[in-house]
Amino acid sequence: MRNWLKKVAQYTVVSAAVLGFTASAQAADTIKVGVLHSLSGTMAISETTLKDTVLMMVEEQNKKGGLLGKKLEAVVVDPASNWPLFAEKTRELIEKEKVDVIFGCWTSVSRKSVLPVIEELNGLLFYPVQYEGEESSKNVFYTGAAPNQQAIPAVDYLMNEVGVKRWVLAGTDYVYPRTTNKILEAYLKAKGVAQKDIMINYTPFGHSDWQSIVSDIKKFGSAGKKTAVVSTINGDANVPFYKELGNQGISAENIPVVAFSVGEEELSGIDTKPLVGHLAAWNYFMSVDSKENAEFIKSWQAFIKDKKRVTNDPMEATVIGFNMWAKAVEKAKSTDTDKVEQAMIGIKVPNMTGGTAEMLPNHHLTKPVLIGEIQENGQFETVWQTEGTVPGDAWSDFLPGSKDVVSDWVKLKCGNYNTKTKKCSGQNFK
Amino acid sequence: MQRLLSIKYIILVSLLFISGFVVASEPGNTVSSDAVHAEGVPENNFENTIPLFTGKGFKKKTAAVETLVTVDDARVLSILQAMLTNKLYYVKSDKQVVFLEKQQENIKVTDVISNEILDITEKSKLKKISVNNKLRKLLRGYIATLRVKSQDDKVRAAAVQQVIKNMNETSYALLISLLETEKNESIVKDAQAGIALWDLSSGDKQKKLAAISTLTNSLLPEVKNKLESLALPDADGNYLEADELVRAKAKSALVKINDRIAYYGVLENIVFGLSLGSVLLLIAIGLAITFGVMGVINMAHGELMMIGAYTAYVVQQIMPNYIGASIFVAMPLAFIVAGAFGVAIERLVIRFMYGRPLETLLATFGISLILQQLVRVIFGPTNQAVVTPAFMSGSLEINPVFAITYNRLYIFAFSIMVLIALVLILKKTRLGLQVRAVSQNRNIAKAMGIRSEWVDALTFGLGAGIAGLAGVALSQLTNVGPNLGQAYIIDSFMVVVFGGVGNLWGTLVAAMSLGVINKFLEPWAGAVMAKILVLIFIILFIQKRPRGLFPQKGRAAES
Repeated sequence: MRNWLKKVAQYTVVSAAVLGFTASAQAADTIKVGVLHSLSGTMAISETTLKDTVLMMVEEQNKKGGLLGKKLEAVVVDPASNWPLFAEKTRELIEKEKVDVIFGCWTSVSRKSVLPVIEELNGLLFYPVQYEGEESSKNVFYTGAAPNQQAIPAVDYLMNEVGVKRWVLAGTDYVYPRTTNKILEAYLKAKGVAQKDIMINYTPFGHSDWQSIVSDIKKFGSAGKKTAVVSTINGDANVPFYKELGNQGISAENIPVVAFSVGEEELSGIDTKPLVGHLAAWNYFMSVDSKENAEFIKSWQAFIKDKKRVTNDPMEATVIGFNMWAKAVEKAKSTDTDKVEQAMIGIKVPNMTGGTAEMLPNHHLTKPVLIGEIQENGQFETVWQTEGTVPGDAWSDFLPGSKDVVSDWVKLKCGNYNTKTKKCSGQNFK
Repeated sequence: MQRLLSIKYIILVSLLFISGFVVASEPGNTVSSDAVHAEGVPENNFENTIPLFTGKGFKKKTAAVETLVTVDDARVLSILQAMLTNKLYYVKSDKQVVFLEKQQENIKVTDVISNEILDITEKSKLKKISVNNKLRKLLRGYIATLRVKSQDDKVRAAAVQQVIKNMNETSYALLISLLETEKNESIVKDAQAGIALWDLSSGDKQKKLAAISTLTNSLLPEVKNKLESLALPDADGNYLEADELVRAKAKSALVKINDRIAYYGVLENIVFGLSLGSVLLLIAIGLAITFGVMGVINMAHGELMMIGAYTAYVVQQIMPNYIGASIFVAMPLAFIVAGAFGVAIERLVIRFMYGRPLETLLATFGISLILQQLVRVIFGPTNQAVVTPAFMSGSLEINPVFAITYNRLYIFAFSIMVLIALVLILKKTRLGLQVRAVSQNRNIAKAMGIRSEWVDALTFGLGAGIAGLAGVALSQLTNVGPNLGQAYIIDSFMVVVFGGVGNLWGTLVAAMSLGVINKFLEPWAGAVMAKILVLIFIILFIQKRPRGLFPQKGRAAES
């Protein structure tokens, strides 16, 4: 009953939104850009920003004269944080709206829900969020970090620079933290960390009572060895978690927490004083001092008409994805999925940390990895970064199942080629 | 490129250093010639150490701190503290190191050496001397060492506690010299524990045995770790400690310590459970009125809490300089705002649906979606930051393994106060009497001249207002965002149903017992499983006793 009502409400909102946009659509021939981000429900908090980012990029591209002599037109739909609705909305965007490309999704479960539809209809999806890897579809470009571009370097940093010997892997109970923690656990063990020095803990979505868990972490961390928490805690649960850490007196000097899902946007909703010194690993920080970044922040704050609005890593990934797509369309002289897909590979655009992002044959990017400490003003201060960029690895080398799997959409034309059995399973395009 | 840059900085800094050196060693300079060694190298003094802080990179800053602490100068402590609290800056143009104080809109810039106020009004002209975790730890250690000599008992006690976490030769000597003059008993005890801890690493058997007997009552984690390393074999089965007697003593001390830790662990679980229970009580108590007393299934209850939390946010935006007071302003205001929403919802929607629970459920669910989207439109979809006032941050540390956080303590007291106030309203006031009369038998109440419609509106408003109060409390614990209400609605229904509909004491007992059960399950079942187990428990319980823990008795219950 509740679900049904929710759906009715969502359809009303969404159809109103769609009507609004189609009414304003130009009659002339345009290139349509689909935007598939939740504007209501739990994920609206993060995804609305990405919708605005795509709208800003479309506006800027149109100011430059559009693409292939045509104007770009954004088609915004609201999948309302409802995973099956993501699939339906994808179908609507491709079949009804006939969009040429889709920018969208945040959670892995929403991407997994879109995957069969986008492959069936041969669409194009740009996915801008860090994720657990173990996937490479012909129709998806992953512009966020794979685990080897975020989790593994962060653990390396803690191990080598901070001297951490004991590890708490804390996460929200769903696919991204579970897979990431599996990879990290295998990685730590390969590095000689004993089982008793690893504590794994999962909590439900939106968990708000952290007293016992934080107290457990405190006890685990008082065993005389340097302890760190690797947090894949998602979304709303972070605020009460950090508050409890601060109140129970766990400071970053004693037990640092390195988070993979806490960025500038999340911090702008928290009183950051007790968090100073805790860490985050990303491929971009708003505080990075570069020409591209300064320009981006300026145009974003002008677009959103808010001088205090922050930028974050998934926004950078969205911008990189959009710029790459625009470049690939010009290179292919077409918006046809297959042509753009091949043109995408090898495309290079500047990233916002002063380097270059290159699209690899496995549909992942090269990215620098940055470790930052939270400052009192809600920004990150970079304390460590990789020399140059790290190529994204779709299939983790640390999981027994995916060690031998590679993805290459140029030579092998396969997203999951097993180098031992010499077979390409699943999606195979010849 | 970057490497080139850093080389440039090294050269720059070393130039600076050398120039400072040259200036310092010039005759006629303020530095007296006694401070200069025979070789001509100047002794580190305050003035020539300060420029080192403008060096780039944490290694240089660490070196600067380490040099500074060797200087005997009263200003050293203030520099370290400013650095730790991010108040140490330098002027970009001439690298003059300064303190920065924020005074509302303006900034006050003071030179660290001369203590003169500088005429700088823009922050952009300054660069912060940033610190990282390693440096922060180092700073805290040095600050504690310096503060051990403080006159203030509290400062000294905190400093000693910090010092004994990292015992070494210097801190050992420091504590021994402290003991000669120290009068305060608890500080003496801490200092003795620190000294004993260091004695455990010494080679002297007698010293070790004495240290173990001093430390038997200590709950410090460092003590436990040290004793473990003495008493238990390492991974290869070898003992670090050669002496049997010391090993046995350490073992028996360890057993005692572990017993006490286990005891406090149980105590801690009870406290955590009660604190979770108090949050549950607070969110359920408003519902106990609207659902329990009036029989309305109000799915918008969570959103009324959200309105209360946003009220707290708005109040803080209006009075950003009085965070502590803002909470006390926000509480009555949240009660009024959420209560007004409640009355409006009752008058506009619910009053047409009395006696039709399913329709009410759907309508109020619709209202909850409308309220959520309304908040998204006004405040945006992102979370808002509500600052925790200083008196609610931190924790009351009873001993090293048992501490209660202040915000939980306040919320516990607050929820009990709300419950008592509500019971008093229902039992002692005219409105309360009318509410009970209407809920027991509407028609007879009407016949007695009670305006039942007004009573309905006010009762619903009261329930909503209490939800608003709960929202203010939640703003101190969790996110203030459009989804705040959804996270708590199920919990609040669970408590009311478990406690027995229409019974406030039942709500109290249910909230507290669910909290404690949850906290005892969590350590061994995990947070996810604990939640599921509690839900299963309630479902089974409701099968056995459909009316909850404390069912209403008598004729009123039959209708």
